Amino acid sequence: MSAASGYALALGQALLCLALAPGLIGLIRWLKARMQNRRGAPVWQPYLELRKLLAKETVVSTNASWLFRFAPYVVFTSTLGVVLLLPVLAVPLPLGAAGDLLVAVYLLLLGTFFLALAGLDPGSPFGGMGSSREMTVAALAEPTIAVAMFALALGAGSTNLGEIVARAMARPAEAVSPGYLLAFTALFIVTLAETGRLPVDNPATHLELTMIHEAMVLEYSGRYLALVEWAAALKLLVFFTLMANLFVPWGVAVQLGAGALLLATLTYVAKLAALAAVVAVFETRMAKLRLFRVPELLSVSFVLALLAITASFLSR
Amino acid sequence: MAATLLAVMVGAYGAGAAAALLGGGHPAGRALSTAGAVAGAGAGLLLGSQVLAGGPVWTFAAPDVVGLAGGILLRLDALGAFFLVLVGMVAAPAALYGVGYSTQYAGRYSLRGLGAALNLFLLATSLVPLADNVVTFLLAWEGMSLASYFLVLTDHDEPETVGAGNWYLGMTQVGLAFLLAAFLGLGAAAPSLDFADLRVAAAGSTGAARGAVFALALVGFGSKAGLIPLHVWLPRAHPAAPSHVSALMSGVMIKLGVYGLLRVGLDLLGGGPPWWGVLLIVLGAGSAVLGVLYALMEDDIKRLLAYSSVENVGMIILGVGAGFLFQALAMPGPAALALAAALYHTLNHAAFKGLLFLAAGSVLHATGTRNMNRHGGLIRRLPWTGPCFLLGAVAIAGLPPLNGFFSEWLLFQSLLPGIGVSSPVVAVLMVLALGMLALTAGLAASAFAKAFGITFLALPRSAGAAEAHESPLSMRVGMVGLAAACVGLALGALPVLATTGAVAAGLLGPSAEPPTFALGLSFRTPAGLARMSPAAVIVGLVGGVALTWLVVRALASRRPLRFADTWGCGRVGQSPRMEYTATAYAEPLRRVFSAVYRPTEDVTVDHHPESRYFVQSIAYRASILPWFERYLYEPLLAWVARGGRRALALQSGSVHAYLAYVVGALVILLGVLMVTGAP
Repeated sequence: MSAASGYALALGQALLCLALAPGLIGLIRWLKARMQNRRGAPVWQPYLELRKLLAKETVVSTNASWLFRFAPYVVFTSTLGVVLLLPVLAVPLPLGAAGDLLVAVYLLLLGTFFLALAGLDPGSPFGGMGSSREMTVAALAEPTIAVAMFALALGAGSTNLGEIVARAMARPAEAVSPGYLLAFTALFIVTLAETGRLPVDNPATHLELTMIHEAMVLEYSGRYLALVEWAAALKLLVFFTLMANLFVPWGVAVQLGAGALLLATLTYVAKLAALAAVVAVFETRMAKLRLFRVPELLSVSFVLALLAITASFLSR
Repeated sequence: MAATLLAVMVGAYGAGAAAALLGGGHPAGRALSTAGAVAGAGAGLLLGSQVLAGGPVWTFAAPDVVGLAGGILLRLDALGAFFLVLVGMVAAPAALYGVGYSTQYAGRYSLRGLGAALNLFLLATSLVPLADNVVTFLLAWEGMSLASYFLVLTDHDEPETVGAGNWYLGMTQVGLAFLLAAFLGLGAAAPSLDFADLRVAAAGSTGAARGAVFALALVGFGSKAGLIPLHVWLPRAHPAAPSHVSALMSGVMIKLGVYGLLRVGLDLLGGGPPWWGVLLIVLGAGSAVLGVLYALMEDDIKRLLAYSSVENVGMIILGVGAGFLFQALAMPGPAALALAAALYHTLNHAAFKGLLFLAAGSVLHATGTRNMNRHGGLIRRLPWTGPCFLLGAVAIAGLPPLNGFFSEWLLFQSLLPGIGVSSPVVAVLMVLALGMLALTAGLAASAFAKAFGITFLALPRSAGAAEAHESPLSMRVGMVGLAAACVGLALGALPVLATTGAVAAGLLGPSAEPPTFALGLSFRTPAGLARMSPAAVIVGLVGGVALTWLVVRALASRRPLRFADTWGCGRVGQSPRMEYTATAYAEPLRRVFSAVYRPTEDVTVDHHPESRYFVQSIAYRASILPWFERYLYEPLLAWVARGGRRALALQSGSVHAYLAYVVGALVILLGVLMVTGAP
């Protein structure tokens, strides 16, 4: 594909992700409500919330410094930056050369870091608690992400996302190899931890002593809250996209064309919906873990990732 | 040209030391002493860059000075030049910073000694990478150690400082003994102790002899670099020293341990069997993880930074170890990549750790305490120090878009080829090392979120923090200088990598090609495993933040921000006592890693005499088990003390007995000579 259309596609992908992310959250909430015999808010409710938040007055704590107002922009930009690196609809993309898996992981960590600082800034005990716990979970999830990703990279001979997808498409049998399945499971657990889903954190509560992410962003309101919420939705979408396109790459377009892109968009949305359904089932069937049981869950995922890389090593 | 620059460097440092001794506390004397240090650092920086830019390898000999041991011999090759640049990069800002920082000692301590020792320390440190024979190297090395010992003792009225100095001196002298043994072992078969002769002799010696030399050098240089378990002096000496000296010791001096390891291990010995690399990888990964785990538990900001140096040296040694291992496995491409990554991280760590120590010193200067639980709210009171510390924290946590991220990314990439080798042991080791590196990165982000967040954000937790004022101009200039170095090392990632790649290839021998990073905006690692564009990451993040700000401003409501109290569940009024403290921040990880920390907690609650429901005071004390002190150093010191007491029996105080010892020693010596037949 030509460079210009490649960049246009990368931009289009990013806009598509931006547009889909709140809907993904809405879909999970709606599915959960249905499974719990509630009617639930419509799927597009998060869009209405974002519009409302942008229109509302923003209240900032008198204790907070400039960092509190700066952090939402960093969080949002770093997450959006990851989206630009992802193979969402087509491979290979020109921006694939700008960064690989590790760049994506570290961009997400940058967002977490700034959000953790912003949690401390207003001086509220909730913010400090959320910040401390979020960094703990992020630190413990880091080795799993790295090792699971390298298990994939080892098979593909590259840590660049586009090449991993291209390789998986060239050899479809590998997608059901033990290495891939183990890595997928490890990444799934980490996704739940990193995006603040059950059983690690409960996205539906705001004032419980068990909460993590919501405690950290408790002081945000108005436009800042809109950015933080949108970034959180985008982060969930990023992890879903990684699972959907790295492990089940079918549907991703390999050449530009209206038909191929349309098919890619449809399969992508279908894959996201399937993952959303899985998460909704999990969140309905499962209770939240005590905070100090979370490290055990994460060490399980780390062991799975180690097994994944061993399996890829053996089956080369 | 090179000779002139060397003369300027030595002359400037020397003149700076003389000015400090003569001028003492007078402002003119202090200005001259600082000017000497800055000029010396600048000359060293130029000299090093000249050689790095492809200038000729340059030598200088003064055989008559210390003629007995081979005289003074200097030679500047690419490796030495790289470390000379590193010294200069941190030395100039730190010396400037010292002008403002050391005024607090005026009237209490001698500023003459401080200024002179600083210049001599910088001189000796600059000469270490220039030394080309054993005697020059050891003189410079010992000069560096002694001068830094005196610098650590600046605040000698504090009992803690003297203890820190003792630990430092003890570790550094034991390290020196190991280095002496290593060099003597290396030189046993060589005609002279020039490095050129040692190189030839090493090539002809047996594997066991080379292994012994390597092990001895590893202990000697490892104690300087702060590798676990030889790290015990760092968390003592760094907090005790003046902050610009801490910046120099942590940013520069411990890096010379890495230099020594590269010089002896790769240059003089020419690499070795795979176990050298494996040993370095294990020690490096262990130091990285344990270093950051201990950093997390610290409430003293400078001790936290000291432990973080242990962590970073661990990461550097991990990369160096991968270089040794790949060379032993005949994989020159990955070896060069690993060494290039390790050297890049060495330079980056010098910049951001120097910056963080200077910023921590500014906090100490403003609040009078290193205890983070008494800081808070400083980002408003210290408008320069706050952003500088934040920049350093983002860089050291390995987060984009700063320099620490690019070198950590390369370290990860340089380990990847190891997973592909056929030996399962190496592959498993590399996977574990990768996991350790990732864990270290995550924990480092947590540690620095704590360091910055607790120190600078929220409300001040003490009167000292509430009344803090920004530091004087000279200190701000020093901090901004190193912050600019961090940004520059990120922006110039590609040229810097080309340079470290060339240095690494030079170390691996004439046949090794420097790793080529494809030119242009993005680079591809030599093994072809990954592509990444520093420019795109930097521009994307900075531009993205600006763009997001503009878009949000256009979309969001026009109503101005409203400022209100922090919301707190209906409680009335907020006080700093409600904030999370540094100890509390690290509490979840203290529990998660309790097997390592073995924490002991002691809570005493004092109830009101009339009702148990009213608490009058709570005393909370928590500590973690200092494994290395308790199970390694305390038994060792006790054993030495016992040996000393036994030896005391020899000392009767009678002249006759001493004469008898002398005669006895003579007889034994003659007997040995008769038996062995030596001349």
